[in-house]
Amino acid sequence: MVRFVKNPRNVATGLMLIAVAAFFVWQGSDLPMGRAIRMGPGYFPMILAGLLALLGLIVLLTGLTRPSDDEGSIALRHWPWRALALVTLAVVLFGFGIRPLGLGPSMWLAVFVSSLASSRFNILTGLLSACIMVAFSWAVFIKGLGLPLPMLGPWLGGY
Amino acid sequence: MEIFDNLALGFSVAFTFQNILYCFLGVLLGTLIGVLPGLGPVPTIAMLLPITFGLPPVAALIMLSGIYYGAQYGGSTTAILINLPGESSSVVTAIDGYQMARQGRAGTALATAALGSFFAGSVATFLLAVFAPPLADLALKFGPPEYFALMVLGLIASVALASGSVIKALAMVVLGILLGLSGQDVYTGTPRFTFDVIELADGIEFVALAMGVFGIGEIVRNLEDEHTRTVMVQKVKGLLLSKDDFKRIIGPVLRGTFLGSFLGILPGGGAILSSFASYSIEKKISRHPERFGKGAIEGVAGPESANNAGAQTSFIPMLTLGIPSNPVMALMIGALIIQGIVPGPNVVNEQPNLFWGIVASMWIGNFLLVVLNLPLIGIWVRLLTVPYHILFPLIVGFCCIGVYSVNNNEFDVFTMALFGLIGYVLVKLQCEPAPLLLGFIIGPMLEEYLRRAMLISRGDPLVFVSRPISATMLGLAALALLVVLLPSVRKKREDAFKE
Repeated sequence: MVRFVKNPRNVATGLMLIAVAAFFVWQGSDLPMGRAIRMGPGYFPMILAGLLALLGLIVLLTGLTRPSDDEGSIALRHWPWRALALVTLAVVLFGFGIRPLGLGPSMWLAVFVSSLASSRFNILTGLLSACIMVAFSWAVFIKGLGLPLPMLGPWLGGY
Repeated sequence: MEIFDNLALGFSVAFTFQNILYCFLGVLLGTLIGVLPGLGPVPTIAMLLPITFGLPPVAALIMLSGIYYGAQYGGSTTAILINLPGESSSVVTAIDGYQMARQGRAGTALATAALGSFFAGSVATFLLAVFAPPLADLALKFGPPEYFALMVLGLIASVALASGSVIKALAMVVLGILLGLSGQDVYTGTPRFTFDVIELADGIEFVALAMGVFGIGEIVRNLEDEHTRTVMVQKVKGLLLSKDDFKRIIGPVLRGTFLGSFLGILPGGGAILSSFASYSIEKKISRHPERFGKGAIEGVAGPESANNAGAQTSFIPMLTLGIPSNPVMALMIGALIIQGIVPGPNVVNEQPNLFWGIVASMWIGNFLLVVLNLPLIGIWVRLLTVPYHILFPLIVGFCCIGVYSVNNNEFDVFTMALFGLIGYVLVKLQCEPAPLLLGFIIGPMLEEYLRRAMLISRGDPLVFVSRPISATMLGLAALALLVVLLPSVRKKREDAFKE
């Protein structure tokens, strides 16, 4: 490959910043701009989005011209996909489960699923820490802090 | 003497059974979590923030500040015992502290850190009590243009003093402000960037953003290079300092306190900068600079005092101007806002109980830290050995319930998951997430002051340069930016942070 890109990390950062700025411009384009004396809701965001795009452009250009002096790859195949997916899944499961299932099962799921993310996962410690965390969160958050959360949700015969 | 009346008021607030209890709990929990490997003050506070919401404002702030010192002290403990600094400001402590531990002087190093921190904390608290009220009075005279300029200066300075790329940090600030502007516009009620999602009408939940970026994102980053860390903890004994040790630490502690108190007020990594500065000064003036890096007690005493003094005085801009100088203070401001208190110069005068109560509790907190930590060191050492693969699922669980309990809303949980992903990507791209958080907190205030300033100036942007105070501050901001972008300075700065 021609070495157009001297520092892939900065090129990616620059492109991302420009894309984000474009997104804000697009989303903010319907907002009334107003005038400087009486700024509308769209005025300041538009200035900021412009600034963000400019900064993104600078980062992009430095990425094209200056070689990187740091190690570490940003290639997608080096990403910790398993950890990313499982930790996110654990949090999302908790969010979906908290109302219908209650605190107990959703906490259990969140802790167990996220423990799968480690390469040093061990079924016994995973199960054990999930159960301990359920007991602990019951004691601290429901008994101790009195959060209005049922241990078991309506789907499981709770209230 | 007005200050003593004020301090007396503060101590009368802080010395109630309830507040001492919360201070104690805060310090205990902060140390407990801060001592766990890989958890610095920011994730610790973000994680424990929700449990303070049910408390009255004074108690909540007292507990949060307690958590802050506790977490910071916990970070030094891990730095000394296993060479794993919990946060960047204890990186320096690890250099000589760990060497001392390897020579069997772990107890001495820990005691030095505790006593140095206590002394520095006491002095810095006193400085806070002396300087905060006049500063708040001065700030009361500020109009919208001055406030706008002050916030710009604060943001720029924090970018200039942080490590890493200045341009990227600036971009993070701007992105943070944009995210902070989401929700209904205060003047017109027009929804901005809400995508017709009803939960976004009040903007992005601050706790979800902070926990996502600093909690969840950080976990994924730690899992990325999950090497088998063999934790070798040295036996801790001999917590008492010898007479000779005392003599050697007095100088570094005094210098560190002075340096830290001053640098802590500056926006940006006050605590980080001061510990680095203190270390290099001690090394320079020492008669035996070759001992540094090989277990010099001065190399622990100076930076530890400096970083604690800086941590304390960084409350000054937060409490008097409502401007956070670091991510921890941004979290504190978030907590104040959630408690229904508008941070700014009015807090000192209109809520003297709150202000002086916090000041007094800082001293109590620092005292409790010494009393608590030296005897309990055995327990902390045991916690240090908890392996990360057991620890992090529990942190995920805590983050989930914590963020849910803020509004009892699952939407915040999903927001946290999203910001976890965003946080990881940012770290991967070497964009510091801390400036993003600062921008997020300051964003709405910045816009409000800008709009008000333009309203009173009839749309003339020259108002910012025609008023002397705001012109000075904007000039300083421009200067700071220019200086760090100069090629020669940039090179030096990179070297300084590498060291």
